[in-house]
Amino acid sequence: MAVQSRDAAIVGIYEYPRRRAPGVSVLQIKAECAARALEDAGLSWKDVDGLYDAQDGPGMAGLSLAEYFGFKPNVIDTTAVGGSSYEFHASHALRDIQRGKVKVALLTYGSTAASDARRIGTGGGMGGWGAPSPLSNMTDPWGMTLISNYAMVAHRHMYQYGTTSEQLARIAVVTRAHAMRNPEAVQAMKDLEFENVREITVEDVLSSRMIADPLHLLDCCMISDGGGAVVIASRDVVRDTRQKPVWIIGAGEATKYVENDGDITVSAAAQSGPLAFGEAGVRPEEIDVAMIYDSFTITVLVCLEDLGFCKKGEGGQFVSEDRLHFQAKLKPALNTDGGGLSSNHPGMRGIFLLIEATRQLRGQSTSQVPDAKLAVAHGNGGQLGGNHTGGTIILARD
Amino acid sequence: MPAPRPQPRFPEPDTQPFWEATKEHRLTYQTCRSCTKVVFYPRAHCPHCGSRDLEWHDSKGLGTVYTYSVVRLNRHPAFAELGPYAVAYVDLDEGFRMLTNIVGVADPVKDVHIGMRVKVRWEDQESGISLPMFEPA
Repeated sequence: MAVQSRDAAIVGIYEYPRRRAPGVSVLQIKAECAARALEDAGLSWKDVDGLYDAQDGPGMAGLSLAEYFGFKPNVIDTTAVGGSSYEFHASHALRDIQRGKVKVALLTYGSTAASDARRIGTGGGMGGWGAPSPLSNMTDPWGMTLISNYAMVAHRHMYQYGTTSEQLARIAVVTRAHAMRNPEAVQAMKDLEFENVREITVEDVLSSRMIADPLHLLDCCMISDGGGAVVIASRDVVRDTRQKPVWIIGAGEATKYVENDGDITVSAAAQSGPLAFGEAGVRPEEIDVAMIYDSFTITVLVCLEDLGFCKKGEGGQFVSEDRLHFQAKLKPALNTDGGGLSSNHPGMRGIFLLIEATRQLRGQSTSQVPDAKLAVAHGNGGQLGGNHTGGTIILARD
Repeated sequence: MPAPRPQPRFPEPDTQPFWEATKEHRLTYQTCRSCTKVVFYPRAHCPHCGSRDLEWHDSKGLGTVYTYSVVRLNRHPAFAELGPYAVAYVDLDEGFRMLTNIVGVADPVKDVHIGMRVKVRWEDQESGISLPMFEPA
């Protein structure tokens, strides 16, 4: 086994508890989460020397945020690649800490997507805004919603591998079971007026209304308000922090897009996964808990395959075995906070993957896997069946 | 009357020749003179090798459905009242993949399949361009 680096660790986390936050701004959510994550770490506002931001606020991201927060960081990174941005930020923070440029890195996220009534999945962002691009000009006229984009991946996966809607539904069933154990997720579903705030069955998923064939309502994530923050510190800072460190031992980044002879069932995770696992010197079958971006059930299935948890095309079988639930016999447990499907999805969920993976490795999850040692957080940004990014982070406790 | 569909917007020099050709109901694509590969969507450079020596061609407009979805819910005013409609990636016989709609079927939920053969059908737009859609061949 390769020698795992112990150069940078997640030492502070905070997830904004409200999923409907009218009257609060993105910047206010980010600042509150920053303060509370630093408090969790036992660090102070003035300790931050690296600022990582996915351009979710107003103005010129890095500059505006530094000024609003009141920071003069030595490193500013405004990588914005969709929902996986925070896995990219964690990767960059590790690199910057290893180079000695940063000691305390701060990642923040805020969104008021629910209060703004943004129709993210169903046509709200379609056409006509911003400068035209070649891609927008070749996409806008045909009415491809974001959900139908993911649905096209699901259809092709079913065609190539015989994957079924029942198999996809199992992912939604497990994440809902986890959500029902998480008081913030339960409150989120109430606040967002879910029809039934209870555990669900495969049949519930299949009988929920079709949004874009073959994806049903319960195959789709919620749209919430929300936010969060993560503090990543260098080894010498870690000695003085309050919580047990959660080390970043591997990182991988990748992009994928439509190609004339491409396979739409393969995601960017097929590139970022091996990079991260290779750097960490661990294998997927060793992973105890997997936080995988569940924008839709198909996203999880495809990413599990591409990360190497099973062979390509065998994801349907893999999720049908006795695993994913936190008390299941087989590894890994999946999205133990309830995921984007049933707990929190304000548009860019990647930061919550890092947060829940950290809770698991600290022993603080509401669906705690006993003695969890190794976690993966995999973010998928953009659109799975179009251009997208994959960011994979492998985490380990001492 | 539903609102008009989102239209390609100009100036956008990469895709402008493609959309100009649709006015004559020509479906066009490019190949690279340097590495011979097919280039789509249209660009000024080859994404395979970086060459700027590209050549335009007319497609015969015949292809195969690579994948599709039937949209049941779209809140955009151009699509909100349309009823279920099929979006698809179609692999053209010349070797390029494009996003489009599958039309000319009684029920898109039942009558569209991966692997089905399709041919181009032009839908003229008030803006002057024409949208290449596909129907069963």
